[in-house]
Amino acid sequence: MYVAVKGGERAIDNAHAWLAEERRGDLNVAELSVSQIREQLSLAVNRVMAEGSLYDPDLAALAIKQARGDMIEAIFLIRAYRTTLPRFGASAPVETEAMACDRRISATFKDAPGGQVLGPTFDYTHRLLDFALAADGEVPNIAKGEARTEPTPHITDFLNKEGLIQTEATSEDVPGDLTRAPLELPANRPLRLQALTRGDEGFVLSMAYSTQRGYARNHAFVGELRIGKVSVEMEIPELGFAIEIGEVELTECETVNQFQGSKTEPPQFTRGYGLVFGQSERKSISMALVDRALRWEELGEDNLGAPAQDEEFVLYHSDNIQATGFLEHIKLPHYVDFQSELELIRKLRREALENANPIQEAAE
Amino acid sequence: MTAEINRRAWMSLLAKAPANRLNALWQAHGATPAFHWLRAPEIGASMVRGRLGGTGAPFNLGEMTLTRCALQLESGELGHGYVQGRDKAKARIAALVDALMQGPEAEAVAAGILTPLELEMAEAKTDRAEKAAATRVDFFTMVRGEDS
Repeated sequence: MYVAVKGGERAIDNAHAWLAEERRGDLNVAELSVSQIREQLSLAVNRVMAEGSLYDPDLAALAIKQARGDMIEAIFLIRAYRTTLPRFGASAPVETEAMACDRRISATFKDAPGGQVLGPTFDYTHRLLDFALAADGEVPNIAKGEARTEPTPHITDFLNKEGLIQTEATSEDVPGDLTRAPLELPANRPLRLQALTRGDEGFVLSMAYSTQRGYARNHAFVGELRIGKVSVEMEIPELGFAIEIGEVELTECETVNQFQGSKTEPPQFTRGYGLVFGQSERKSISMALVDRALRWEELGEDNLGAPAQDEEFVLYHSDNIQATGFLEHIKLPHYVDFQSELELIRKLRREALENANPIQEAAE
Repeated sequence: MTAEINRRAWMSLLAKAPANRLNALWQAHGATPAFHWLRAPEIGASMVRGRLGGTGAPFNLGEMTLTRCALQLESGELGHGYVQGRDKAKARIAALVDALMQGPEAEAVAAGILTPLELEMAEAKTDRAEKAAATRVDFFTMVRGEDS
């Protein structure tokens, strides 16, 4: 329990004023603009949009500035803002098949139609600090090739044709929404994916890593990873037809995992799926691995007692805003709580001492 | 039906158009039609959905910001603006363009605003696709071993 305590207003106001000064930093250094953050720290912006669960690069950049670069604080700001927005509707499911791919790679097929397109990747860099960036911001000339105009097919389509991989059951059911109804277990896969895509990147990464190290082992190949923009289409009731209301950058990861066949079914590969706002490839791969681990029951696998198989554990601990809210609240005043604990421990100690020294008590 | 397809196309274009370019082209076009609001611009969100495995059942991915408005020109046409982001001015222009596209000025508005926007946006998209194409790996196989 924590109770309202008066008397801190002046201290709080002064603390916040100082926070603003510290945020600004040295006045001799040029102030960072929101558009600079949006353009030059775009992967931070992407993370805030993904975990804040709201696609708006300008708002995410503002949140990062306000939070002094504290990502979870920035995500918190976006989540809080999100709740103030009226919802105009829900989009039709985005067609990732039609994505304008900036990047598209497959670890399973070298010669996949559409090719291996590296895009603006950190892969194959030497991870050496580039001191030239500290000196100037000049960019090299960018090579150009012949633009692909046709859509890039999904890799899993090729496996599908031979029946080598499980197909996803199609449905047009309205998915449950974590932002509207509290999470109840057992959750279905759509709810799990919603929780994972907005879950903390570090948490989802660690869960995924644990499956690779042997906790709920299910060896995953990255069948495909693609990053690019897709159009978002929504039915407009007053018009009676759907229009594109915008476009979002997404990262999609499809994993191909092993699967034992059964008496009735020949062996087939199984799938894990990750889809995340922005260029968020670590998160997307992680999401696909955890999605696959959580599917153990429907795929008839053993529960090995691994954390990544435990839906309750994963889903109730993946949200960094819930986590930080509960964690950080313990630093707020708990004076009355603690007072009762103090009285209790004093009483217990007194009793213990009395029991240990009955003679002394008699003497008194 | 064709009219609906066309309207769908221009509304989609306006939704995705860069706000500064739409504004510049609108100003350059110079129309100042009289209108009244049916719904003043308001900012909200749409829940963006994906599909399990890209092809299966839908799931909620997260929301995106959206601004919408509706207006009526004095000449009677109804215009709707639905644009990405939080930009009331952009939504207003989009709704005005939508309304004008249903009246006698349609051709001039298409030529002055929609066509240039479409070209610019296609150019930006092609530019990215060309850069992506240059990062496409061209494998070649090294001959190994003693065979000849």
